[in-house]
Amino acid sequence: MSPLDLLVAVPLCCMAAALLLGRAARGLILLAAPLMAGLALWLALLPPDAAYLVGQWELPLGILLRADGVARLMILATALVIGAVGLHALVEPPEKPGHAAQAETFWPLVYLLWAGANAGFLTTDLFNLYVTLEMVSLAAVALAAMGSLAAALRYFMIALLGSLAYLLGVALIVARYDTVDVTLLAQLAEPDLATLMALGLMTAGLLIKAALFPMHGWLPPAHAAAPAPASALLSAIAVKLGFVILVRLWFEAFPAITGPAALQVLGGLGAAAVLYGSVQAMRQDRLKALVAYSTVAQVGYLFLAFPLVAGAIDPGDAWAGMTLQAVAHMLAKAAMFLAAGLMLKAAAGERIADLGGLAQAMPLTVTAFGLAAVSLMGLPPSGGFTAKFLLLTAAIEQGAYLYAGVLILGGLLAAVYLFGALAACFAPATTPRTPVTGGLRTAAPLALAGLAIVMGFGGTALVELSAIAAPWAGPALILPEPAP
Amino acid sequence: MDLPLSDILSAGHLYALTGAVLVGLGLYAFITQRHPLRQLLAVNVVGAGIFLILGSLGRGPDATDPFPQALVITGIVVAVALTAFGAAMIVRQAETRAAAKPAADDNARGAS
Repeated sequence: MSPLDLLVAVPLCCMAAALLLGRAARGLILLAAPLMAGLALWLALLPPDAAYLVGQWELPLGILLRADGVARLMILATALVIGAVGLHALVEPPEKPGHAAQAETFWPLVYLLWAGANAGFLTTDLFNLYVTLEMVSLAAVALAAMGSLAAALRYFMIALLGSLAYLLGVALIVARYDTVDVTLLAQLAEPDLATLMALGLMTAGLLIKAALFPMHGWLPPAHAAAPAPASALLSAIAVKLGFVILVRLWFEAFPAITGPAALQVLGGLGAAAVLYGSVQAMRQDRLKALVAYSTVAQVGYLFLAFPLVAGAIDPGDAWAGMTLQAVAHMLAKAAMFLAAGLMLKAAAGERIADLGGLAQAMPLTVTAFGLAAVSLMGLPPSGGFTAKFLLLTAAIEQGAYLYAGVLILGGLLAAVYLFGALAACFAPATTPRTPVTGGLRTAAPLALAGLAIVMGFGGTALVELSAIAAPWAGPALILPEPAP
Repeated sequence: MDLPLSDILSAGHLYALTGAVLVGLGLYAFITQRHPLRQLLAVNVVGAGIFLILGSLGRGPDATDPFPQALVITGIVVAVALTAFGAAMIVRQAETRAAAKPAADDNARGAS
């Protein structure tokens, strides 16, 4: 037994137990949250070459679980986010009025998402990644269906098409190389038609899953309509798996054949997502729709980083910026959705204009929203600041002033829409508000937002953690030529 | 490709080509059809095409490579589970709509 397989097996066992226990399953999180946090911490402290072959099958056929820096950070953040969201949902069950059974279906889905995400972050097997992608999609669609069935169906259809595009790409890789392991493909890959087609298909499918502009259409309705804890998990975790698999493909399996032009396309789409998502977020008058469009913008930063990582002479800083942006967004966005859920329960309606009086009625929840906003805007000191600062430095070093400009403009736009929502909380209320506060309810978003801020003080330790077993550090791997 | 038709067929390309046609048909239906049930069927046609391509890859002159076949079986299991889940959601949506509009007859429900 090692933490690598336990991190997948424990949530799967919890899922089975939650299905059997029914209504009593909610208490399981009290056990699972500390256990998984402990395992994730153990994983983070393992020696750099930690790996595990599932079932002891040797490589061309076997499935390799391996803990590189990206996996360690993402799994730790996933454990913190699901732990906090789970404890929050324990006292604030995610259900619509009159749908008490919904709270029961929530728990197995949480554990399915947890197992799928952890397996996806750890594995290097492209077909196993397809299975984890489907596990996460299944849980994510069902979580979205707790809010709006129509939005969930739309999400389901588009996610299914994305999965199939990815699968077709994997089929081409099987035909060409007779292996689907990322570490082996890194040595075998050649820039021929089959490989390029496979990479194109897989990338297109994964971009749908990661909701990169212009494939983001399904995200705002699905994430905005779901109950707050479900939205938090969707925005924090579900979209990140697509991103991590793309990192595996572009920087680990096929760094030799991804040309600068293709990287610039991804970076350009990322930059467009930052601007489009921010402008759309400013135009929303409902709070949860604003937070959902903010996810579209924040996902853009992840892909804006792709050409910066590939173009850097020493990619360490840009790589850390990209990874920390994913982690900071996970913590801050989960905190923001939980806080927004509580604020909307106390507010007069679901529009931003209805938030008046909440700053006095529930100051701690509004503080959590504000702290999460600080990280999303990239104000120091916060995880978001560290990530965006690293990316900005890399962009300026490479003379990529367009990306640098988008990074700064994106922060300004985020400040505009998030301060708008915060200012509404300080407006005088027409009628007195009954606060929805107390105990874990308020503590969970506050703790997550606090972690997003504390990340800003993690500095070099986090940068070093992200660099563990990174593809550009290995001697066998070659990164593409710096972009002109 | 100026291969005679018989050469293409004997080389095992028939399955892969049929699969490609299925993918194209399914994709066309997915884009043109608006009803979720038809979209779900279209996605299944795409899936069947991909499995046919994947399955034909393991077909050698004398021995069959089990690796792609194992992948196909896993893929089919995943596809069946997702189809059942999607169908359940479509049924639930139809029920919710029927409950919201008790006066609506079966025709209206089918066309929604």
